[in-house]
Amino acid sequence: MTAELRARCEAIRAEYPDAQSALIPILHTLQDAYGHLTDEAVDEAGELMGMTRAAVEGVVSFYTLFKRHPKGKFHIQICDNLSCCMMGSGDIVKHLEERWGIREGEVTDDGLFSVERVECLAACGYAPAGQVNLRYYYRLTPEKIDELIAGLRQGEVASGERV
Amino acid sequence: MSECKVLLKHADVPGIETLSVYESCGGYAALKKALLEMTPEAVQKEVLDSGLRGRGGAGFPTGRKWSFLPNDGRPRILVCNADEGEPGTFKDHLLIHRLPHLLVEGMVISAYAIGAKRAYIYLRGEFLQGYELLEEAMREASEKGYLGHHILGTDYDLEIKLYRGAGAYICGEETALLDSLEGRRGIPRMKPPFPATAGLYGLPTVVNNVETLTAVVPILEKGAAWYRTMGTEKSPGTKIFSISGSVQRPGNYEFTLGTPLSEMIETAGGLPPGHTLKAVVPGGASCAYLTEEHLDVPMDYESLQAAGTMLGSGGMIVIDTTHCIVRLTKKAMSFFRHESCGKCTPCREGTLWMDQVLERLEAGRGSEADLDMLTDLSGNIAGRTFCAFGDAAVAMVASSVKYFKEDYLAHFELGGCPLEKEPVL
Repeated sequence: MTAELRARCEAIRAEYPDAQSALIPILHTLQDAYGHLTDEAVDEAGELMGMTRAAVEGVVSFYTLFKRHPKGKFHIQICDNLSCCMMGSGDIVKHLEERWGIREGEVTDDGLFSVERVECLAACGYAPAGQVNLRYYYRLTPEKIDELIAGLRQGEVASGERV
Repeated sequence: MSECKVLLKHADVPGIETLSVYESCGGYAALKKALLEMTPEAVQKEVLDSGLRGRGGAGFPTGRKWSFLPNDGRPRILVCNADEGEPGTFKDHLLIHRLPHLLVEGMVISAYAIGAKRAYIYLRGEFLQGYELLEEAMREASEKGYLGHHILGTDYDLEIKLYRGAGAYICGEETALLDSLEGRRGIPRMKPPFPATAGLYGLPTVVNNVETLTAVVPILEKGAAWYRTMGTEKSPGTKIFSISGSVQRPGNYEFTLGTPLSEMIETAGGLPPGHTLKAVVPGGASCAYLTEEHLDVPMDYESLQAAGTMLGSGGMIVIDTTHCIVRLTKKAMSFFRHESCGKCTPCREGTLWMDQVLERLEAGRGSEADLDMLTDLSGNIAGRTFCAFGDAAVAMVASSVKYFKEDYLAHFELGGCPLEKEPVL
């Protein structure tokens, strides 16, 4: 852990009257820094919080946004709950796989993309909805996906859409 | 009647997320009135008299929830539940991303009313942009003296902290939320003690939904009596309904409570031409289905309860006959199976079993005995769990067997989906 990262985590820890509250924000911070929660990150969080590895793992494993395995540089989440599935989220996932070779649970060879079907993103009126690195994209179509993926490959930033 | 915009009155004004535009639309007038002209008790009374009910799903009267805080001198805490994730619901999404100042204003008024000097917004982790917008709104509000030390020159101080969740539907349950906010797995707590007596860090705590807290603003601005001119006796005021699925203009619409279901569907553009209504999920995936025979039902807490379902969060999913009810019901059950926190055996094991039975039924490999099994399992989950998740998990399934038995029968007669829908992923 860099001194800067450690300082940021210690500052988070100091913000909470009951120290364990800092664990989740610290895990977010470490994951943002490392891309996913590596074994080292879990141990570092434990050391910062005075918690055992098992206790930290117990929290990490409860939350779907915490990843113990590498993600792509652009992690795509496609909502597959009721309204999104009615509006064709399955076709979006299929398109990502067939047209772009982005398969669920895998990272593309160039390390750029990974995709995951997720539960309700609270964007049912803009279905099918998804996120890239937690930035929303609404009313997805295969064409829109093509444009998005092509742009990201050319170095665009995943800035998302405003509701 | 159609729409009645109170909370969403200025939602489409460009730049409304900034303090200057929000103020030019009358923003923070309610805060000034509450803090400069009213005692905390008077604010509490206004909210109690308005009859405002919790907009997160449970519909508990907000003023009464506040009144449960004990007068024992311990510091009090206000928590805003912004962990929106009930399938079909996206109203808080809109409020947070378009009207962050309305939420901040509602929180400061509410915290003042209950005497809290510390407040938290528990925001679902996926609302990253919402986090940034709220952070900016809070910064602007602090600069202007609407938040922080000596608010509006009074001796009232309030600090609001933003806390990002990390992906878990159950954290919308208020005691699971508190556990998560304390840095643990989000698992519901035993009640009693209720959060009012032992909440965050054991302190007296009120947990209110985003929409509930924003509704406090117009109530303070125009008064409880005015609020009660809208809606029904037991369901006063307006409520945002998130309408999605088979409608031509899906989106968030605000209505007075008691507006008939058919009128809401019409306001959202109605079904696409040539499509026929099959079912409506009125208030998120935790609710039992309604059918075309319920189109006249007034959408309020008591009428929906009488119709065997719930107003819930106001997340309405409209389903036409081209969609397979068995498939969607299975989809909902997979969701509950995935999101069960695992604390209670009936829920943890029951949702797993029901998901497997529904998988069989959807694939056309089921039998009539499976329908009995679904009913039996539903009865053994509902009412037998720590929190309301268990009841929520079985509501859609139980009502699907009641209203759409033919659809299940067609699946096992044909050995597959009559609509030739692909099995769920």
